[in-house]
Amino acid sequence: MRLALAAALVASLTTAPAQADDWQDTLNGARGQTVYWNAWGGDGRTNAFIDWVSAQTEARYGVSVQQVKLTDTAEAVTRVLSEKAAGRNEGGSVDMIWINGPNFLAMKAQGLLHGPFVADLPNAQFLDLSPGSPNVVDFTVPVDGMESPWRLAKFVFSYDTARVDAPPATMADFVPWAAAHPGRMTHPDPSNFIGATFLKQALVDFAPDPAVLLQPATDARFAEATAPLWSWYDALRPNLWRGGSAFPENESVQQQLVNDGEIDIAMNFDPAATAAAIAEGLLPETARVFVPEGGTIGNVSFVAIPYNAAHKAGAMVVANFLLDPATQAHMQNIEVLGSFSVLAPERLDAEAKATFAALPTAPALPTLDDLGPTLLEPHASWMTRLTEAWAARYTR
Amino acid sequence: MSLVLENLQLTLAGRALFAPLTLTVEPGCVATVMGPSGVGKSTLLDAIAGHLAPAFSMTGRIALDGRDLALIPPEARRIGLVFQDAVLFPHLSVGDNLAFGLASSVKGRDARRGAVERALAQAGLAGLYGRDPASLSGGQRSRAALMRTLLAAPAALLLDEPFSKLDTGLRDEIRAFTFANVRERAVPALMVTHDPADAEAAAGQTIGLTSIGETP
Amino acid sequence: MTAAGDGRALRAAAFAVLALGVIGPIAAGLAQTARAAFGLMPAIGAAQAGLGPWRTLFGLPGFATSVQLTLLTGLGATVLSLAIAFALTASLHARLAGTAAARALTPFLAIPHAALAIGLAFVLAPSGWIVRFVAPLLGLDRPPDLALVGDPWGIALILGLVIKEVPFLVLVTLSALTQFPVRQHLAAGQSLGYGRAAVWLKVLAPQLWPLIRLPLMVVLAYALSTVEMGLILGPSNPPVLAVLLTRLFFDANTALLLPASAGALLQAGLAVGAFALVWSAERALRRVGLWWLRRGGRGTAAEPPLRVLAAGGLVLFAIGALALVALFAWSLAWRWPWPAVLPESWSLKAWTGAGPGLGRAFLRTLVLALVTTSLALALAIAWLEGEDRGRRGRAGWAEALIFLPLLVPQIAFLYGLNVLFLRLGLSGGLGAVIWAQALFVFPYVMIALSDPWRALDPRLPRAAASLGAGPWRRLVAVKLPVLLAPILTAAAIGMAVSVAQYLPTLFMGAGRIATLTTEAVTLSSASDRRVTGVYATLQAGVPLASYAAAFLIPALVHRNRRALRGADA
Repeated sequence: MRLALAAALVASLTTAPAQADDWQDTLNGARGQTVYWNAWGGDGRTNAFIDWVSAQTEARYGVSVQQVKLTDTAEAVTRVLSEKAAGRNEGGSVDMIWINGPNFLAMKAQGLLHGPFVADLPNAQFLDLSPGSPNVVDFTVPVDGMESPWRLAKFVFSYDTARVDAPPATMADFVPWAAAHPGRMTHPDPSNFIGATFLKQALVDFAPDPAVLLQPATDARFAEATAPLWSWYDALRPNLWRGGSAFPENESVQQQLVNDGEIDIAMNFDPAATAAAIAEGLLPETARVFVPEGGTIGNVSFVAIPYNAAHKAGAMVVANFLLDPATQAHMQNIEVLGSFSVLAPERLDAEAKATFAALPTAPALPTLDDLGPTLLEPHASWMTRLTEAWAARYTR
Repeated sequence: MSLVLENLQLTLAGRALFAPLTLTVEPGCVATVMGPSGVGKSTLLDAIAGHLAPAFSMTGRIALDGRDLALIPPEARRIGLVFQDAVLFPHLSVGDNLAFGLASSVKGRDARRGAVERALAQAGLAGLYGRDPASLSGGQRSRAALMRTLLAAPAALLLDEPFSKLDTGLRDEIRAFTFANVRERAVPALMVTHDPADAEAAAGQTIGLTSIGETP
Repeated sequence: MTAAGDGRALRAAAFAVLALGVIGPIAAGLAQTARAAFGLMPAIGAAQAGLGPWRTLFGLPGFATSVQLTLLTGLGATVLSLAIAFALTASLHARLAGTAAARALTPFLAIPHAALAIGLAFVLAPSGWIVRFVAPLLGLDRPPDLALVGDPWGIALILGLVIKEVPFLVLVTLSALTQFPVRQHLAAGQSLGYGRAAVWLKVLAPQLWPLIRLPLMVVLAYALSTVEMGLILGPSNPPVLAVLLTRLFFDANTALLLPASAGALLQAGLAVGAFALVWSAERALRRVGLWWLRRGGRGTAAEPPLRVLAAGGLVLFAIGALALVALFAWSLAWRWPWPAVLPESWSLKAWTGAGPGLGRAFLRTLVLALVTTSLALALAIAWLEGEDRGRRGRAGWAEALIFLPLLVPQIAFLYGLNVLFLRLGLSGGLGAVIWAQALFVFPYVMIALSDPWRALDPRLPRAAASLGAGPWRRLVAVKLPVLLAPILTAAAIGMAVSVAQYLPTLFMGAGRIATLTTEAVTLSSASDRRVTGVYATLQAGVPLASYAAAFLIPALVHRNRRALRGADA
């Protein structure tokens, strides 16, 4: 135990450029460690994938992964924070977190993260890390090598083709559609990430000057940029489920409402979620994904290592394993997880490319072309303000 | 081996329950305490047996065989209790109830079993070692309870209305059985009762307790 | 050493454990929370004391509604639970022996709040089971857009709480009733021309009240601070205070920890305020009650309302039972869309697909439950035996001390406590979780065991003493065996409480100690009812098995002892 700790310390102190020797040191230090990966536990397929990762890293590197299932990622942030409050600056209980957006911003700003470490990972060679790439900014916040990408996320809607003839074609179309089908759609509560993303999606779509959204929100910028959003939402809300006075807790509850026949439209941050839900028996076979014209918000899911993690070397080994082309192909397999890979196709060798090309498909699984353009996440401050402003307007 | 009460008085919240009581019970004799309900007869027995509730305070002296009992815990006083309805331990068989009482000086499995069987036979309960106490008749229960008490080789006996729950025919029989055993083992016994017939049969001294407010 | 002296030592030991293990940590946790509530939390760079957090808290949109809702649902559910529990006991007491009642109510005691809430949500929802049964009759092809669950008035939440709390109150009441001769009171009252209902209200209720006041306070405190039930059955915009606070505590914006802490203090304040309200209601009722009593009316008008309440209680139990059945059915379902009354396809995948994680969680839950219950039981027996040896009852302050963990809302001290434990290097281990769970298990074990313990025929230990048995032999050879049934019942309740613990396990285990309940709550955010069904079945299964053991073991051990059969409450 003490040895492992010392090794982890050594690993954390070596900030020299990535060299084969250094990585070998990391591998040596990691051997025998158990990495406590704090990850949202609400998705059975992701949980199963993490179990698979554990078996693989155990066999290859002697590193096992123990998922700490979270109801909300902020739980892990709070945990690291209370450890810091208690002065536990070493041997912390969180080794790795599935993170992005506001939680990343919070941890980075509070100095709660270990790193930079991404450049030290051998498999980082397969990533596009050039400026402007979605892998180096998270909600416009520079990643600075403090978190490592592992899966792609893109905001999509889904509906049941057996009950709905034509879903809204644009974000603006949601208003007439809801008026024609009162009570048949809703969105998760904006205190939830997906609920907030629905509002953000509309914000990006309607903002007079989308470039403003990449800067921190100020009172003036916020008022101007959100004005069209609110007039759209005020027109939409009366025709939402329960008259827009109650909202499902999260996107899974919303998906269940679709299956229960209470509403017709679901939304998700994972294009493969609908196909996966059909395979799981949670949605009818006739469910399909749709994306409004103009594209939707997309981002990258990362893993980060807290500053006081007990098993930093092990966490780096796992982060590196997640970027292995074979791992990414396994993950993109719709029968496994269906999450799109974060690797840059042009950086892969022929064999890896062939593996990706040979992946099975499913009727409800959209192709990258179906998904349309990817819109950038606004600066993290917009989401916080948007959630607060929504509550101030609609919570009585 | 006599039970001596000297100027014994019990008070509750500063009020004495009865006039100071002085009494000597000789071995083999049964003294009877009578008095109206609420005068403190049961509390008197509690005090002698060592179960007095903290709300009460006691003055005077209780001595058994010359020992002052004041600081001796109940289990070391060697005072046997016989209750109104024979209190047998419901989770033990009849024989094990008696074995519970049997003094630990009797050693060895066979010896202890033998002693219990003999006591059962003596009480007319031969062959009932393994029976559930709840399946005994009232008279059988009374005899078993008395035998259990006697097997502990008590230095004195306290009888708390021991016969009042029995019907008339049975009452005479159990009364005779009890008093005969008291005489035979030569222990002093103090009985609390409402029934003048009990006092008469005990053929010892009878003390009438009166509430202190009523004493002129 | 005399018996009284021995008792003093035992009492001192039990008290020391309670003071150091319960009061100290709770006070320390509250202190940490209070510091944060007034702006002091160095970890996030908050170093300036002030009322800022409170201003932020009161400025939250819908905050006033949230507090109002909390009071309405908390007090409403408690009053309704009490009325129904009383009515049920009064109507069924003659027909139902304590054991039979206990057996019928066990499933409701055994199932954790969260699981019951999920089941209820499915039964009551506009697309739920009840509507699916009647949909073909009404010609509904889509579920009605009605807020039957999560309604803005909190009615569904109140119903959920009532279904869960009434069985607990009925059991507590039945056990309290063993303390006095109910039949004689009834006969005496009825011979004076009073109706049954009037005797229950005028004669028995006033005697019962002091015995069930504390358990009622526990129910009240729970109803005011429930997170799981509020989340699943309560309104969402805004939610009840406890849910709002949980959102704040786990928000990405760590600055919200300060108003969250202020809210946690407020939550504790609401509980204190509600207790004060009950206390003044008791005083007022005593006056009104005496006036009513002295008027001498025979109270025939009291009968119908009592019957209505009892009937309402039975309807609620039926709905609750439906919820339990629904959960089990879901665990065996594959596709079960609207408007199917039964699943379209069945599958064991939810059971088999859960993998080794389920087995591990199950085992850990079992071990935790056994260890915490044993500890709590040992402490409870030490405490009660200490009272016996001191030959004194329980002082009011001691009673309050024992129940402190149940009366202070968990969220008010758990976060601060977690920080404290981390500083001491105790967090994240099994030991910390065992301790935190025992904190909440012990009071319930005391509630379950105190009355039967006091109801033990005092002549039994006296007879044993007169036969030369010392205090320890009296305890081990007489009291414990005779009290076997209530002890095991208390243990079963302890197991149920341990299994259901969510926040303490989560906080003290740093999320690493995965139990059935932590897994179930996490998975319920994915709201796959089939998986939830599996976990809920197992969650209820552990306590159910222990209740079954609590009935079967005494029946086996005491199979030839008529006086001990059916004597437990």
